[in-house]
Amino acid sequence: MQRFILKSKNKITLMSGILISAGFLTNWIIGNETIFAWSLIIASALGVLPIAIQAYQALRVKVVSIDVLVTIAVLGAFIIKNYEEAAIVTFLFLFGAFLEQRTLNKTRSAIKELTEMAPESALKQIENGKFEEVDVGEVDVGDILLVKTGAKVPVDGTVLTGEGSINEASITGESLPVAKETGSNVYAGTILDNGTIQIVADRVGEDTTFGRIIELVEEAQDSKSEAERFIDKFSKYYTPAVLVLSLIVGLITQDVALAITILVLGCPGALVIGVPVSNVAGIGNGARHGILLKGSEVIGDFSKVDTMVFDKTGTLTVGNPSVAEKEYYGDNIDEALGYLASVERESDHPLAKAVLEEIGETTFSAVENTEVVKGGGIAAMVDGHRIAVGNVALMERENVVFSEKAKADVSRFEKSGNSLVLASVDGELKILMGIRDQIRPGVKEDLLKLKKLKVKNLVMLSGDNQGTVDAVSRELGLTEAHGNMLPEDKSAYIKKLIDQGQIVAFVGDGVNDSPSLALANIGIAMGSGTDVAIETSDVVLMNSDFSRLPHALGLTKATSRNMKQNIFIAVGVVLVLLASLLFSEWMNMSIGMLVHEASILVVILNGMRLLRYKLRNK
Amino acid sequence: MKKATLQLETLTCPSCLQKIDKAVKALDGVDKESVNVLFNSSKVKLNFDDEKLSVENIEKAITTLGYEVKKSQVNDL
Repeated sequence: MQRFILKSKNKITLMSGILISAGFLTNWIIGNETIFAWSLIIASALGVLPIAIQAYQALRVKVVSIDVLVTIAVLGAFIIKNYEEAAIVTFLFLFGAFLEQRTLNKTRSAIKELTEMAPESALKQIENGKFEEVDVGEVDVGDILLVKTGAKVPVDGTVLTGEGSINEASITGESLPVAKETGSNVYAGTILDNGTIQIVADRVGEDTTFGRIIELVEEAQDSKSEAERFIDKFSKYYTPAVLVLSLIVGLITQDVALAITILVLGCPGALVIGVPVSNVAGIGNGARHGILLKGSEVIGDFSKVDTMVFDKTGTLTVGNPSVAEKEYYGDNIDEALGYLASVERESDHPLAKAVLEEIGETTFSAVENTEVVKGGGIAAMVDGHRIAVGNVALMERENVVFSEKAKADVSRFEKSGNSLVLASVDGELKILMGIRDQIRPGVKEDLLKLKKLKVKNLVMLSGDNQGTVDAVSRELGLTEAHGNMLPEDKSAYIKKLIDQGQIVAFVGDGVNDSPSLALANIGIAMGSGTDVAIETSDVVLMNSDFSRLPHALGLTKATSRNMKQNIFIAVGVVLVLLASLLFSEWMNMSIGMLVHEASILVVILNGMRLLRYKLRNK
Repeated sequence: MKKATLQLETLTCPSCLQKIDKAVKALDGVDKESVNVLFNSSKVKLNFDDEKLSVENIEKAITTLGYEVKKSQVNDL
């Protein structure tokens, strides 16, 4: 019976709404007081049922809930025969709850979309070697699973046989499919775009990368800040206090109408719901944009950040060196490039890799008499020509003559932080290449956006030499840049900044920077989602996408503003209601309930704005 | 000891949390410290002694309050 009534809450709301309007209509049109009174009595009796049941359940576990206040108020209104107010208050309360549910679902939708991407079933190999569809919860580590085209990978695993390409957007945010073959790792929640593979389960359920991400986001949306915990405690005592207050007022003034009005006005609503609503909408927006924010505490701190410290390699720069600039001298360059590639092919030096990548397709020739010159490079015979590949010192040893232009090029390349590779053919300089770890495209603009978002200091720390660091710093317009730093130097530097009273965010790839990530007020990991970085950091930028950083900062600022607005609205409404109760004539229970429900809807709608938040391109 | 995660119907009123919290904590065999009622994800997470009570007891305590339990999952701690 109880459950039936609670389940039909929406129907009851509708019926009581119809009864109320029918009552008012008959009263205006035919002026029949009896029909009017009875329709209102039925409406309020019907409407108060689900509220009273909830109130009773609350009292049973010793909680004075808002349902208790409303039930007493409605009973009070019955006693003084004010059926009009009783009916309207119950209707508004029920209708408000209905709207709240609808709008709250909306604010939570972004995160729900994420959790709904979780795989549900798997094709598991059974004893006779065939595959059978089972619930994903029944898959254990070591099971062999079949994944067909278009299906979700059910668990984290390793490919046993077959090949295909997988869309890993749900884990990395990267929409380009990744090719998988025997021995490749695959992740739960990713989608097999084409091909068929068999995998062995390595991690299942909540242990998978996807499971951990969901767990994190779910915990984040319900994590509470200091302020929220205070509000929670406050509201625990607030509701019983309102009850006591109205009793005292009722006893002293003997005015039941006043006492029950206090009950309705005192309902805490917007205050308790305001902050969680902003929180869930903000975190949901982040999740949609590949930003994991770990809770409201993080949002509060991040929005106030004044210094951002960046790791260089892999964060501001791409992470692997490539040819940034090049110059050719004289004729027969194609031939010279072929010789250079042939020599570099024999080497496993990191610069050689960059050179080969730059040259691409070419004619390779046999290399003879290879001589490795320590600290210089390589000299060898190719096609009967003497080829030298290496630095300036090697060229001098080979008696290569530098033209004025070549000299100028060398010093220019060095100045911009390049490592140099020169190639000579028969003692004549042919090729000059400047190789460096290049700045990620778009980083400069992103840093500018961060500055506009009132980040005062942009600092770069790196293990590279100061010359390289300075070159990058000049190009990006950073506030400070320090080279020759070991991971422990970086964390010591961050500690120094924090001790100076700055709020510091550290942005790193999380592989060797975990101490700094943990130490900074906000640790921001550029993770592809599979790293330990997820655990140690406060914010994760999926797929290592630097361009999400300004959005993340703007979003936390907007979310934190939104929370403050909601608290302001909630407190303001209660104050205005109480003041008007004391100083005005027009305040009654129905208006009180209307304002109360409206304020709850206003804070939810205000929070919902965050779902659409975008960084303005100014 | 086992760990239970219960998915409830969408929670909308903040005082629901208080009720559910108190009702679950009142059960014998529930580790009071571990009870966590999550508003936005509408979930209850808790550890309980599976020799003293079953997950059905916990579900019942919540449904009698008037909230539907959609799914529950029990894992070893």
